Amino acid sequence: MRPCNLTDGMISPDGVLGGNPLFYWIYGLAANVVPCWLAYVIAGGVIMLILINAVLLGAAIVSWGERRLLGRFQNRVGPNRWGPFGALQPIADLAKLITKEDIIPYGADRLAFTAVPVIMVSSLLLATAVIPFAKDVALVDLNVGVLFVLAVSSLTSIAIFTAGWASNNRYALFGAGRAVAVLISYEVPVVLSLLGVVIVAGSMSLGDIVVAQAVPFFLVQPLAFFVFLAGMSAELNRTPFDVAEAESEIIAGYHTEYSGIKFALIQAAEFGGALFVSGLIATLFLAGWAGPVADWLGWLWFLIKTFIGIFLFVWIRSTFPRLRLDQIMAVCWKFLMPLSFINLAAVVLEVYFLRDANGVLTTADLWIMAAINLVLAVVSITFFGNLIKEKVRSGSGGARSANPVTSGLPTTGTM
Amino acid sequence: MWFEQIVFWALAAVAIGGALGVVLVRDLFRAALLLATVFVAVGGFYVMMNAEFLAVVQILIYVGAIAVLFIFGIMLTRDVQRGNAPNRLQIPAGVISALLLAAMVFTAVTTDWTTLAGAGRENQAQIAQTQAVGIPDATELTRAGLSAEEVESVAGSGLADLLIGDFVLPFEAVSLLLLAAAIGGLALARGRGR
Repeated sequence: MRPCNLTDGMISPDGVLGGNPLFYWIYGLAANVVPCWLAYVIAGGVIMLILINAVLLGAAIVSWGERRLLGRFQNRVGPNRWGPFGALQPIADLAKLITKEDIIPYGADRLAFTAVPVIMVSSLLLATAVIPFAKDVALVDLNVGVLFVLAVSSLTSIAIFTAGWASNNRYALFGAGRAVAVLISYEVPVVLSLLGVVIVAGSMSLGDIVVAQAVPFFLVQPLAFFVFLAGMSAELNRTPFDVAEAESEIIAGYHTEYSGIKFALIQAAEFGGALFVSGLIATLFLAGWAGPVADWLGWLWFLIKTFIGIFLFVWIRSTFPRLRLDQIMAVCWKFLMPLSFINLAAVVLEVYFLRDANGVLTTADLWIMAAINLVLAVVSITFFGNLIKEKVRSGSGGARSANPVTSGLPTTGTM
Repeated sequence: MWFEQIVFWALAAVAIGGALGVVLVRDLFRAALLLATVFVAVGGFYVMMNAEFLAVVQILIYVGAIAVLFIFGIMLTRDVQRGNAPNRLQIPAGVISALLLAAMVFTAVTTDWTTLAGAGRENQAQIAQTQAVGIPDATELTRAGLSAEEVESVAGSGLADLLIGDFVLPFEAVSLLLLAAAIGGLALARGRGR
């Protein structure tokens, strides 16, 4: 049997998985026993199994950590009964949810109803495939990584819509309408802020973006970092922006009717989403696996930075009260949009004037950009913050039903 | 290459099955979901043609925006559960679709797909060597003697050069058209007297 060759066209069409040392190792190991194509499939399967388990286990840990942290923030204890510091709580929750009755409501679209948790979890897992957990350790380092993340996470809005529609429940439909309105609105500032990152890094590959961060991008582009953080809290339906599942208004929003294992999967997708977005923030703005000491410690720096991201989200969640839907829309279109445009214009001009003949930015250039952008961020956030504050205080459009989602919904049909 | 064959036929089955479903299923909401499935399958075809950028943009725009727009429309329409009743326009619609299909098949068959424009132009001679395989794929380009950077430029920036270079006028015209459509939509949605 001839030795297997990774550069062979059949094995790895365009270098996907090619840069992953663990993949090479498993592939080499398996190729001793089985034919090349089977070794390729086995190695890919093993890597995917590791990734899927890491993400889902991470989601469980996030669900526990968030509840503990929220407890501390609210001056109470949080889950502490099961295991050390209550760390086995997610397992107890999961056991409970799996053994619960799996209810599909009367009149629901069974197929679509069942497909929703699957779509949500699989789009989350797909998106994590491009995150570089350490130097050269990503499942795939796509050259369109940033766009891939955006595209795959945009599948979520369809899943949420389907959940709302298929549940045959008015609260679910309200929740879905609100969630999708928030999702597609906040997509705009988030993408614009990412554009600034891509311009400075000169690449859409997440691996290259980490390498390009001689100065972490949250210093180089504080505005983009701010907009991304706010936009992502909204897209994750976290508390200042959680109208989509506002418990006091519409029960649980689009997953009102879900129970048992389906509910567990939706929760996993939500907490996994928080984990994934924190990893994305670590990669895009906090220089990912780059850190002091040694390259092989990259996973540790990545984990620490991801934890910083999660902590930020929990902190925001426990600090701010919930906004109304019209306030959320105002924050998006009148506050975050201008900020992201200012950031984009500033970054484009700075890159145009600072880069050298080969279009390369040095570390000194990045520090200059950081200084300019920090001043710009403080000024523009203060300015637009004051504008939006006036708007929110004067209550324009608050009391009357200027709510585009809840005022125009169908009242006939099977509901 | 049997691995690629399997993926291709699986994608083709999903795309055609989904497309048939869009037309035949009575429930409009399910039809919209099937349409999203077709879009994803087409994105898969782009990946198989080494056009990752197009594939990702396909999913971002068609699934993330257009399908969501359809679903919004369906949700905000009354009596949508009854579906579309058949009407008199069935025969003209069939004729027009058949003509459109014929035109597309004719174009697909007669076009010389192996020519690359833009950034790939200086590598014409080398690319010509790979014409036997049809669409020049990255490994074939490498085998034909292009360096990694050149392959990258053919695969990635060729599109950008074409869009912002040779075809900048149509590109801007389309964006102007879209802007006009957006403003028109806003004007219509606002209604009168407000």
